[in-house]
Amino acid sequence: MSGGSPSPSRILAIAGNTFTDLVRQKVFLFLLIFSLMVIGCSSFLARFSFQEEFQMLKDVSLGAMSLFLSFLAILASAMLLPRDLEDRTIFTILSKPVPRHEYLLGKLFGVLYMLLLSTLLLGGLFLAVLLLREQSVLLETRNSLSSSPQELESALAEIRQSAFNWNLIPAMGILFVKSSLIASLTLMISTFATSGLFAILISSSVYFIGHLQETAREYWLGGIAVHWWSRLSAALLALVFPDLQAFNLSDDIVAGKGIPMDVFWQTVALGVLYTAIYYLAACFVFQKREL
Amino acid sequence: MTGRVNPLRVLVTILFLVLAGSLILPWQIELQHLDRSARLRSATLDLGLRERVGQAGFLAALSGFRAPLAAFLWISAHAAWERTEWGKMVTLFDSVTALQPRVLLYWDIAAWHMAWNASASALQDLTQPSEALRERSARQYVALGRDFLERGIRNNPDDYHLYESLGRLAAAKELNHAAASDAYAKAASFTNAPAYLSRLAAFESSESPGRQREAYQRLLSLYRSGKQQRVPTLFKLLHELELKLDIPEDQRIHDTIPEAPSNVPPASPSITPR
Repeated sequence: MSGGSPSPSRILAIAGNTFTDLVRQKVFLFLLIFSLMVIGCSSFLARFSFQEEFQMLKDVSLGAMSLFLSFLAILASAMLLPRDLEDRTIFTILSKPVPRHEYLLGKLFGVLYMLLLSTLLLGGLFLAVLLLREQSVLLETRNSLSSSPQELESALAEIRQSAFNWNLIPAMGILFVKSSLIASLTLMISTFATSGLFAILISSSVYFIGHLQETAREYWLGGIAVHWWSRLSAALLALVFPDLQAFNLSDDIVAGKGIPMDVFWQTVALGVLYTAIYYLAACFVFQKREL
Repeated sequence: MTGRVNPLRVLVTILFLVLAGSLILPWQIELQHLDRSARLRSATLDLGLRERVGQAGFLAALSGFRAPLAAFLWISAHAAWERTEWGKMVTLFDSVTALQPRVLLYWDIAAWHMAWNASASALQDLTQPSEALRERSARQYVALGRDFLERGIRNNPDDYHLYESLGRLAAAKELNHAAASDAYAKAASFTNAPAYLSRLAAFESSESPGRQREAYQRLLSLYRSGKQQRVPTLFKLLHELELKLDIPEDQRIHDTIPEAPSNVPPASPSITPR
């Protein structure tokens, strides 16, 4: 079914409905689990030195954000088409002058909007807990340290340095880009999947394979003497799957390494390009699919 | 879910992905180099780690959850410390530092636990009746602490903190003042290193037999570098060395010793004061 010229309003309407549908399914309940995890973690970690506490709070929170966003992207995107087919909503939509590529783009934007909101909420909660703990440690140090003003100031500066740093913001931005890529990839898989469960299983497998893509690429290009079929398999893995390790910079960022702006923007651009490629592939498969 | 997909379309899609992947490949490689030059994504996971953290842990590490796994193992190491299970702590610290080699804190505290806590515990271990064996065991823990710091430095050669900790370990636990002086001097050579590290390098040098002339030159150079370095210990050591080395009277320092130090080095370890 073709629908004439591209219409942003149609796409936004589908995106809005997709978002509302996801909210009705209570996907944001995972926020509650995350909150309990971060707040519980921060109170438990108070037994450690402040550097250890902040280090582990950042490790656990960013790791949990990465996990929640990735699996949220898979679960939300994998169920979009099967549910619409089951409810027969897809026939109502596509019987109108809505092209299939706009329908898919609307669906993708709906999931991306939900992921963006989740990133902001998770990130906001994490930073709030981190800042609260920082203030608490600062207050404790001010009250307990009876040394010279210079020494006190140096101790407070060290506490501030261990807690928040501006590199955490791009780290969270990259987690959002990674989850967008996974959403687009899952949408592509769901266009030829026979069921929602199949799409979830395949996407989860691709998620793990994507983290090994870098290893496959190095194996392929490393000049190691292996059979030609091993090299071919590694090459196929490296070319078909996304390099998800490129988006795993938060492990190093929480270790205190800064992320140069050119690296950040190139990583974002790579994520956007992957998202676009998987969307185009999804459109190609879905265009002639029998419904 | 019903509906059929043309297999030919799926095949064309795979070919499209291969083509797109080929076009992206040079960019991926360049980005990887950029990341590595910025010291990002440079931790490598080996099969030794797989044996230590188990299949599930290794899979988690490969799936991008290195940092949370390291935090979890660190908490386990803390629990092992509370039960004074030193052997278990070493294994856990090895895993944590393999997972997060860029976190200085993990190297520093692991070394501190071994060189200070485990070695002190070994000396007080009354289940071992032989004092010689207790001392031997304590020395082994100190060596383990040094090993953590040396490996930490190899993974983080661009930071002074672990050199400072190595200097402290050499001075306090090994009583090797020459090695301590070298480590402090290396730490002081970083542009962002605090001023007290140069003094510590000179102080340790003055306690090292055969290096007193070099120590005197270092102390003199610090004295001449400005008032910030003129702390009481510097004056005391300078005067002692002037006498020992028989420095001519007209070349000696005659300033009076200031009453209080302007700044003092922090207590050990450098990253986590305890």
